[in-house]
Amino acid sequence: MSQIEFKNVRHAYPPAKGQAPVYALKEVSQIWNDGGAYALLGPSGCGKTTLLNIISGLLTPSEGSILFDGSEVTRLPTAERHIAQVFQFPVVYDTMTVYDNLAFPLRNRGVAEARVTQRVTEIAEMLDLSDRLQQRAAGLTADGKQKISLGRGLVREDVNAILFDEPLTVIDPHLKWQLRSKLKELHQRIGMTMIYVTHDQVEALTFADKVVVMYDGGVVQVGTPVELFNRPKHTFVGYFIGSPGMNVLPCTLDQGQPVFANNRLDSGYAVASDLAGKLEIGIRPEFVSFSDDGIPVAIEKVEDLGRYQVVTVRHEAEQIKMVVGEDQAIPAQSPKISFAADNLLLYQDDWAVETEHA
Amino acid sequence: MNKKWILPSLYILFLMLPIYGLLSMSFKTTNEILGGFSLFPQNFTLENYIKIFTDPTWYNGYINSLIYVCLNTVISVSVALPAAYAFSRYRFLGDKHLFFWLLTNRMAPPAVFALPFFQLYSAIELFDTHLAVALAHCLFNIPLAVWILEGFMSGIPKELDETAYLDGYSFWRFFIRIFIPTIAAGIGVAAFFCFMYSWVELLLAKTLTSVDAKPIAAIMTRTASTSGYELGLLAAAGSLTIIPGAFVIYFVRNYIAKGFALGRV
Amino acid sequence: MRKTTNQKAWWLVTPVLLLVAFNAFIPLMTVVNYAFQETFGNNQFFWEGTTWFEKVLRSERFHDALGRQMLFTSMILVIEVPLGIAVALSMPRKGPWVSVCLVLMALPLLIPWNVVGAMWNIFALPDIGLLGYSLNSMGFDYNFTRQPVSAWMTTVVMDVWHWTSLVVLLCYAGLCSIPDAYYQAAHIDGASPWAVFRYIQLPKMKRVLTIAILLRFMDSFMIYTEPFVLTGGGPGNTTTFLSIDLVKIALGQFDLGPAAAMSLIYFLVVLLICWVFYTVMMRNEEQ
Repeated sequence: MSQIEFKNVRHAYPPAKGQAPVYALKEVSQIWNDGGAYALLGPSGCGKTTLLNIISGLLTPSEGSILFDGSEVTRLPTAERHIAQVFQFPVVYDTMTVYDNLAFPLRNRGVAEARVTQRVTEIAEMLDLSDRLQQRAAGLTADGKQKISLGRGLVREDVNAILFDEPLTVIDPHLKWQLRSKLKELHQRIGMTMIYVTHDQVEALTFADKVVVMYDGGVVQVGTPVELFNRPKHTFVGYFIGSPGMNVLPCTLDQGQPVFANNRLDSGYAVASDLAGKLEIGIRPEFVSFSDDGIPVAIEKVEDLGRYQVVTVRHEAEQIKMVVGEDQAIPAQSPKISFAADNLLLYQDDWAVETEHA
Repeated sequence: MNKKWILPSLYILFLMLPIYGLLSMSFKTTNEILGGFSLFPQNFTLENYIKIFTDPTWYNGYINSLIYVCLNTVISVSVALPAAYAFSRYRFLGDKHLFFWLLTNRMAPPAVFALPFFQLYSAIELFDTHLAVALAHCLFNIPLAVWILEGFMSGIPKELDETAYLDGYSFWRFFIRIFIPTIAAGIGVAAFFCFMYSWVELLLAKTLTSVDAKPIAAIMTRTASTSGYELGLLAAAGSLTIIPGAFVIYFVRNYIAKGFALGRV
Repeated sequence: MRKTTNQKAWWLVTPVLLLVAFNAFIPLMTVVNYAFQETFGNNQFFWEGTTWFEKVLRSERFHDALGRQMLFTSMILVIEVPLGIAVALSMPRKGPWVSVCLVLMALPLLIPWNVVGAMWNIFALPDIGLLGYSLNSMGFDYNFTRQPVSAWMTTVVMDVWHWTSLVVLLCYAGLCSIPDAYYQAAHIDGASPWAVFRYIQLPKMKRVLTIAILLRFMDSFMIYTEPFVLTGGGPGNTTTFLSIDLVKIALGQFDLGPAAAMSLIYFLVVLLICWVFYTVMMRNEEQ
């Protein structure tokens, strides 16, 4: 087990003739702590899989270097990096039994047969596969096969990290939850570094201690689920995490206070009023509420989601979403809304402006 | 790893050598051929090709071959389509036996059928017509087409059919408007195989024709025996028979990698 | 796939049934008719029972032809299948060369069979053919029209030339259908190239390989045109395979009874071997 470090890593796939290379992965410098559970979260095509394949060595980055526990591995082949990886579609060796599948990585490395038996039995126990060891792997369901893929990583004792590339894509919804808790449990039991790629925020937030949000080839924020929710560093994180996503509204500044559509907002902090560029405020729907005085809005839509309601309102050209308690009445006449000062964030050119909340 | 290209390259070289021999001979005069071996034509001549393109018995041979091959491909694929659909979607009395019986016809040596075919097609007065050859080739091409198409169709989820029926499509409208476009790749591969086997088969084609529908390949064998040893002419005619095949391969080249897996690997 | 029982499906199969039955049933009956009877023309037949079958089964000529056929087919399979797999494995997966390779490799498959024979005849002629001339000038004594061994070698090499591409194309298609993740996983599991072949590529190619072997078996067992044009079955009878012998008896000597009996035996042999092969493969699949 070891710490993984990225130093100025960039990657571009070979460009078409006569075209400038397009970076699938923009510059990333990042340290993955030993024993951490990380989730790489982002929309399709944001560079998550590229990043994962660079860690496992299936791809060599065009620039930068990767270090495992301080030693350079950038050009080392996959087999020598001691990485395990679970793919989106379950990979099992169809002709082998479950037992032989699990034993395969050990036998390839010349481990003694007695030790192989011991490890396989142990891991099969952990994954609830013990009663199916002598079955042909081809006959298992998708979640069983995915467990085998995972098991082939776990049996090895030299593994530095286990990488997951959207491993639950082909699993039935009710089994997804089970398998995810199994992963979490395993992580707590064996404390191995795990990096989990997904585009599903629920998966990411429930699995990981730290979530790495990626957008357009770059890492935009690394943080705990709570940090990502409360203090998104980039408007994309605000949109992407939370349901519904954060409201991002254009604003101006007046004496260090944000002004939205001629309404001076009370934010409890002050910033320099000479900020240039595109200025926006970010406010989560959870922190918008109806009030007696505030910004006048027109109600467009009310969705009742059971435990709460999502209300879409409009002020001039801007649409604002708000989360309102189930039993809370929605004012029928000239409704007004206000934003919770503590959770009002300011963005300059999509990046959060550092502010000190009182 | 980088040495990998050697084997395919050597293999292709091996494939090309006899073809080169044929081509090079087709540009030689008879005297030069019989005079001894030469790697390149010494007196380059197009005489052999000119002869073929001006003599009706020669070029009609090509036309005859192409007519019955295309006829056979159309017949085979169009009757195989509904049958393959039936085998891939429905269970019916005797379906498995029928399928196996169809395949056994692919295993029948053409030599076994040569004489009975001659008698049969003479009796129904189709002897020496393009249709006779096209129908005779159905013997092995239909089973093959059914087999290939069934594989492709089994790969298409049944929900496609059910959705279409729910949307109010009649069977034939669904089949022609939706299903056939969906398995276009499969049809391409099936047609390729039918074309191939019909184009290259000679025994039955020769047996069932005498003058009006005589295939090019049969004309070549006759020439070889009647007009002496005109190797140059034979080589030119042979070279020309490669062209239709090359065309067909060129058109299906993108299907080859996927399509040859017959849809259900 | 779950199938629904529907007897109306017979209507969809009817055209195929009629066309194939017309081509298969009537001629087969004709053959059966000849096989059990003697005719002197004029549509007069005399019942002969199994006389012809006994005669064929006892004849040394049939045994020899069958033996040669078996030897030829086994040689073909032993050479073409491994060679085909090897070429398919070393082909590039992507890039501009793929189409070029595929098109060039498929070329021999689409050349009329007698042209293949003629082409190899020209290619192998000892004095003026590229192959024959080269071999002889390198000091080998090679003449396929006179030496049985040369004739055999030429016939086998011709068939390898003609049909290995079918095995290559089928295997290549099978290989292309393997997702990249399998190779990556094997890489991570530290599998050797042999293990990758044994546990990933071979299992995934099994289906297409079955098809390839079946097709190659059937076609090589029924081979007629190419060796007939190349060697005419000679020198002597050394390359007279079953089909060539059959046509000689039926059309050359017009011995319709024995020819018909031989046809049926021949057909049954092909059927039997295919059935055994098919059953064994299917049983393996189920396990």
